[in-house]
Amino acid sequence: MLRKLLTALVLVSMVAVFFALPVLAESLSGKVEVNSWWTAGGEAEGLNALIKIYESKYPDVEFINATVAGGAGTNAKAVFKTRMLGGDPPDTFQVHAGHELIDTWVVPGYVQPLTDLYKSEGWTNSMPQGVLDIVSYQGDYWSVPVNIHRSNVLWFNKTIFTKYEITPPSNFDQFFEVCDKLKAKGIVPFVMGTKEGWEAGHVFESVLLGKLGADDYKGLWTGEVKWSDPRVTDALETFAKIASYLNTDHSALTWDEAGQYLLKDKGAMMIMGDWTNGWFMSVGFEDYGWAPSPNTAGIFLALSDSFALPKGCKNQENVVAWLKVLGSKEGQYGFNKAKGSIPARTDVDISDYNDYLKSAAKDWQKDAISPSVVHGAAASEGWSTEYKDIISLFVSKPDVSYAQKALITAAEEYLKK
Amino acid sequence: MRLKRDKLMPILFIMPSVITVGVFVYGFISWTGFISFTKWNDVLPNYTLIGFENYRKLFANMRFQIDLRNTLVFTVIFVISCLLIGLLLAIFLDQKIKSEGIFRNLFLLPMAISFVVSGVIWRWLFNPGSIQLGNIGVNQLFEKLGLNFLTCGWYTDPKIGIIAVAIAAIWQFSGYTMALYLAGLRGIPIELREASAIDGADKWQIFYYIIFPLLRPITFGAIIILGHISLKIFDLVVAMTGSGPAFSCDVPALFMYDTTFRGNHFAQGASIAIILLLLISLLIIPYLISTFRKEA
Repeated sequence: MLRKLLTALVLVSMVAVFFALPVLAESLSGKVEVNSWWTAGGEAEGLNALIKIYESKYPDVEFINATVAGGAGTNAKAVFKTRMLGGDPPDTFQVHAGHELIDTWVVPGYVQPLTDLYKSEGWTNSMPQGVLDIVSYQGDYWSVPVNIHRSNVLWFNKTIFTKYEITPPSNFDQFFEVCDKLKAKGIVPFVMGTKEGWEAGHVFESVLLGKLGADDYKGLWTGEVKWSDPRVTDALETFAKIASYLNTDHSALTWDEAGQYLLKDKGAMMIMGDWTNGWFMSVGFEDYGWAPSPNTAGIFLALSDSFALPKGCKNQENVVAWLKVLGSKEGQYGFNKAKGSIPARTDVDISDYNDYLKSAAKDWQKDAISPSVVHGAAASEGWSTEYKDIISLFVSKPDVSYAQKALITAAEEYLKK
Repeated sequence: MRLKRDKLMPILFIMPSVITVGVFVYGFISWTGFISFTKWNDVLPNYTLIGFENYRKLFANMRFQIDLRNTLVFTVIFVISCLLIGLLLAIFLDQKIKSEGIFRNLFLLPMAISFVVSGVIWRWLFNPGSIQLGNIGVNQLFEKLGLNFLTCGWYTDPKIGIIAVAIAAIWQFSGYTMALYLAGLRGIPIELREASAIDGADKWQIFYYIIFPLLRPITFGAIIILGHISLKIFDLVVAMTGSGPAFSCDVPALFMYDTTFRGNHFAQGASIAIILLLLISLLIIPYLISTFRKEA
């Protein structure tokens, strides 16, 4: 009995080796551990689309999908940071392109440059300059962007707009006219959910952009424009006025719960990133229109999710293969279709994406690109956290001079570094 | 020789725990204390000493000011309510009622539930309602009872946010306080009550002059336990509300997590930890002193 078993075992292992050898010779094996915060809805589907492509190309690599739940990645970031500082980095991790990538990881020297990969894959030609700018530092590229989201979008309910013969406002005067008109009809003119603390900061960055324009808005974050500028005061006053048209229960709602007002024809407008488009699709709402937020036509306030390569990761070859999938046409097409964003590459065929995404992709190619602050592109994490706290408090206690003073102090502290 | 070994053995046995506690508790407390005086407010460690700069900034920070006020309100409401409700329940249970065991366990049960679970449940109960669903949870109950004036935004109302969180915490810990008091009541010799009754004291006088003074050590212990829970509360707030509108539900521990891991301000996070430690010592040290006195 024992001998039979042994013989069988030897035979099986010989067969296994026979079949395994050619596979080992031509492809990768082992593991790859990918850390992200994509656990919900379209995000998770997008990630799964990427994993499918990767697994079909490298069937012998064990894919470890190490996601950490939590909005905007707060909890996930705590986990990566602990691991990176402790010298046990994941193979690759999700990070917002821009200052979050550069200030947190590149400058302290935790990640490897990817310039060679960019050249060998031709990404320097297939990605627009605006993207290349936010992933580069001192002449090198540092992460692979998978998607682009737009932050400054004004969404509106078409039924309400048609009923009261309203055209989408393109500047703040028109915006407030529309607000007054709708308020008189008993409709909530502008909805917002502020439960998670970042949403107000999100709307305010669009207001800032509208008041300062693309270049001077960018200047706020580089120190070329002072936060004591009267236009910042104007932006705060405008934002306080916007807040007076809000749904009263905003602090109980997340952005999508607030979006219910639009779905029920009870609220008319909201400013939110274009993941809203994916959310409208997922709840089957089609009666929506979009426009750039007031005064920001021709400017694309962008944010991008990307993946970086830590120094000292354990499965270098497997990760590089993963990064190649992320940057490939196939990967960008599949991921963004599911997530409801546009590809960072400009040469991906998106003719079967929905109307909003097509229009966003068109704007992406011709608009001036500005970095979003709430979503990590414009300022370091420390600064954007403080900005978010100040604006979040401002919604409940709209004290313009106090908020501006706090913004000036924060800017002084972080520009010094 | 024999005597020496007698002395040596206990020391040997106690060494492992002394060393572990020394390193992992006191060692890390000192390390946190050290970090709080450094410039490490970025990802990369920076051990340049800057004195009390982190503390100065912290006390000037509006979020931290709100947090301290919230902690004060929360602690006062939580501790006092727990003591009153706990004492009341204990007195009821002490009336030799039937199936006392069932009630005792019923009141104690909430303590066995994790803060995260009760946080989520209370978030549902205190949901302010929405345009789709109308009033739900506690607000719906008020509506059905015709007490519409009592419905409110609960944890979404910046004025009372922290009180809503305190109610959840009171629900969880008043049963525990009851158990403490019940043990105290049972520890009071029946002769004392009988003697005072014979001396002509009525029920109220017995409580006021005999029982309450004898329960004082229990009250003292309960204040310590409840007080330190309220100072380090974190999980309940995270699960139930997060920071809340205008930080109305925010607590120092939540700010510490945010500023350390979201904002990369490691030194600032360390100084919040040290301030929390000092606040807790305000409660614990008098307790330790009184315990030592008793033992001496």
